[in-house]
Amino acid sequence: MARAVSTRRKIITTAVAWAIGLVIFFPIFWTILTSFKTEAQAINNPPLFWGFDFTLENYAVVQERSDYMRFLWNSVIIAGGSTFLGILVAVPAAWSMAFVPSRRTKDILLWMLSTKMLPAVGVLYPISLIFVEFGLLDTRIGLTLVLMLINLPIIVWMLYTYFREIPIDILEAARMDGAGLRQEILYVLTPMAIPGIASTVLLNIILAWNEAFWTLNLTAASAPPLTAFIASYSSPEGLFYAKLSAASTMAIAPILILGWFSQKQLVRGLTFGAVK
Amino acid sequence: MGRITLDKVAKSFGEVEVIPPLDLTIEDGEFVVFVGPSGCGKSTLLRLIAGLEDVSAGEIRIDGKDATAVPPAKRGLAMVFQSYALYPHMSVRKNIAFPLRMAGLDAAEQERRVRAAADVLNLTDYLDRRPGQLSGGQRQRVAIGRAIVREPSAFLFDEPLSNLDAALRVGMRLEISELHNRLKTTMIYVTHDQVEAMTMADKIVVLRAGNIEQVGSPLELYRAPRNLFVAGFIGSPKMNLIGGDIAARHHATTIGIRPEHISVSPEAGEWHGTVGVSEHLGSDTFFHVACEGIPEPVTVRVGGEVSLHHGDAIWLTPDPDHLHRFDKDGLRVA
Amino acid sequence: MATRHSRSAARLMMAPAVILLMGWMLVPLTMTLYFSFKRYLPMRGDSLERGLDWVGFENYVRFITSSSFWPSVQATLLIVGGVLVITVILGVLLAILLDQPFWGQGVVRILVIAPFFVMPTVSALVWKNMMMDPVNGMFAHLWRFFGTQPVSWMSDASVQSIILIVSWQWLPFATLILLTAIQSLDSEQLEAAEMDGAPVLARFWFIVLPHLGRAITIVILIQTIFLLSIFAEIFVTTGGSFGTRTLTYLIFQRVVDSQNIGLGSAGGVYAIILANIIALFLMRIVGKNLDR
Repeated sequence: MARAVSTRRKIITTAVAWAIGLVIFFPIFWTILTSFKTEAQAINNPPLFWGFDFTLENYAVVQERSDYMRFLWNSVIIAGGSTFLGILVAVPAAWSMAFVPSRRTKDILLWMLSTKMLPAVGVLYPISLIFVEFGLLDTRIGLTLVLMLINLPIIVWMLYTYFREIPIDILEAARMDGAGLRQEILYVLTPMAIPGIASTVLLNIILAWNEAFWTLNLTAASAPPLTAFIASYSSPEGLFYAKLSAASTMAIAPILILGWFSQKQLVRGLTFGAVK
Repeated sequence: MGRITLDKVAKSFGEVEVIPPLDLTIEDGEFVVFVGPSGCGKSTLLRLIAGLEDVSAGEIRIDGKDATAVPPAKRGLAMVFQSYALYPHMSVRKNIAFPLRMAGLDAAEQERRVRAAADVLNLTDYLDRRPGQLSGGQRQRVAIGRAIVREPSAFLFDEPLSNLDAALRVGMRLEISELHNRLKTTMIYVTHDQVEAMTMADKIVVLRAGNIEQVGSPLELYRAPRNLFVAGFIGSPKMNLIGGDIAARHHATTIGIRPEHISVSPEAGEWHGTVGVSEHLGSDTFFHVACEGIPEPVTVRVGGEVSLHHGDAIWLTPDPDHLHRFDKDGLRVA
Repeated sequence: MATRHSRSAARLMMAPAVILLMGWMLVPLTMTLYFSFKRYLPMRGDSLERGLDWVGFENYVRFITSSSFWPSVQATLLIVGGVLVITVILGVLLAILLDQPFWGQGVVRILVIAPFFVMPTVSALVWKNMMMDPVNGMFAHLWRFFGTQPVSWMSDASVQSIILIVSWQWLPFATLILLTAIQSLDSEQLEAAEMDGAPVLARFWFIVLPHLGRAITIVILIQTIFLLSIFAEIFVTTGGSFGTRTLTYLIFQRVVDSQNIGLGSAGGVYAIILANIIALFLMRIVGKNLDR
């Protein structure tokens, strides 16, 4: 199939690709590096790539002064909770659409997609109003619900595209083999669907973790997740590069790691199965 | 027991009638093949019997009992799918045992029956593998194993060999026939390949557009096709069908003559023509002969090796005893 | 395909998702529509309990005749258009590059994709302070190194800054999708073209690019929908000043800062209509894909 590529060409490609990769990654690298400097060294001129005093103090200070763990915990609860609820609602829906399609299945799917396209700012006030009314403003429950709802179409779609790849023959074989609906789901469908569900969970946690409209607008003091916590650094408070870097590093590290696992699923999930 | 009766069974998808009402009886122990071109409704018919589709009208009886509304799991039938439909996350052993597990058999009995089936199908060494690690033929055997452990009243096969390569197909064909001889259980087998139908069936059901064109033993269909469609479908290479003046001379709209029922002579005969393409199989040779007054080339079978060359002039004579005559509606004239 | 029994079960299983999304869509949408025809300034004593005055289309007219409307449309178009151009062109080039064999492919791919996983507030703040700060930013160091005056990015080149930040976030998305699309290109097609005597550039132009056409359309549509509603990046950098007040941000300010709910709701309805026009195109592509 493939032909041998000349070594010279490969060396050039390697150099170019690495150069571009490093430039793109630089802001993240710089943030991580700066988080280990003292505030004075963080704004040193010229910038220090090495030879600075490695310190973990910023991490300690961020945690101490602003109770970082609380925000982290909020993020975990909100991202995890909304994903869990979303999966709970979406699995049966996607299952039935994939395996018992009707003439309206396509319309329903597209309609679900259209709700995802609703600009959030257009319904900001009504949602805040409803939140105030039901005492959901600045609560983790409230945010969990909203994030579940905004990502539900993506979850349904992703699961649907995965489920549709499960050959219907196998489910029919199970039926012929005497499995009832419950057994069919338990012994045949679930084991075959787990990889797809896992990818969906992964992508959805990433999306929920990084959501930055509702998390900024519906929280104040008690339920803000990391997105809102980081935003509080935008108000100028003098020297804070190292601390901003430490806080940022902690906020993005878990998702960077998860994200690297989910490259493929990302494409499928965010293009609603149109590109695989 | 496995006597299956279809009584005015019909199926439509919305407006589209896939199967107009039809009657069919499959006797206990029979090997019945549904054959026809793709889209003829043969798979749908099988799925109706299996219970994987609801019938739109009519009644399906299994051993005399109305099974029309019985869910597939309760019909006591087993099915082998075209795609094998093995459970990819289960080992071969678990795959074969699955119907037994669903039936609530105890582990020892499950194991005993799985062993017995694996023994019959030469799968004993593969019981702990996953389907993904097996070859096509082995997967096919696992699918059959999963069907036989249930000891069903009938087996349903949906084009089971179409994903196998040619050599394997012949082997599996023999194995399935052998299995039928041993188990003596009713088998319904769907295929588009008339060779499979001819070699395996006790009874062939030829379908076209949901209609039954003819039911009969392979030789009945070969000797006396009821209409042009069956005549053209059964037999390989295809029967030569000739219309026009030549057919009129035999008092028919169309006459049919199989390649093996034409004699060849260099000097004299009924039709004069020139040899075109020849196919040498060793045991037989097929000539495609362009004859005067016949638009399509006539296919002729000659036993053994015969040295005729492209462009040679020859005479062909159809054997009058094996000449099939059809009227203007395409129906056989006695 | 299936039996009646499974069909009714299916409808039941679909119900929760459908009902939830229906409520999520209809309730706030109806409220927004309702408010858009009302005078509703909570700071001036208007409240739901006392009833709101019906003002017809006044909010709609005022929203588009206000002096900030056209600049906001302009800012939106500039930012969305700029990001699209940058991400699509660079995305195609990067995808082709990453598709070539070279050492460390996996690592480079991870480096390139990483920005997509950085939460918007983090990437905006990191860029604003650590890269673009006119005194301590990396760019300022670079500019000084080459002997030129550092740029005050956030005030003098605010729109460009936003475009840069957002492009950085979305380039991985475009690259990843286009890379996936390139990898699905049948290599025999390229080999056939090569046998037909097509040089590299011709192969790119006549085979690779048309093959990518659909993926590029999808990238453009999906990004447009997300880009029209970028918020955090502006919120934590310029706060909407220096010509970076997009339509989304303008509506946000009307609702939250000036507490003019009626006016903001009318703007919201405009935004919804705009998003739906683009969504329509996207859904047609996605829908076609469903029929397979």
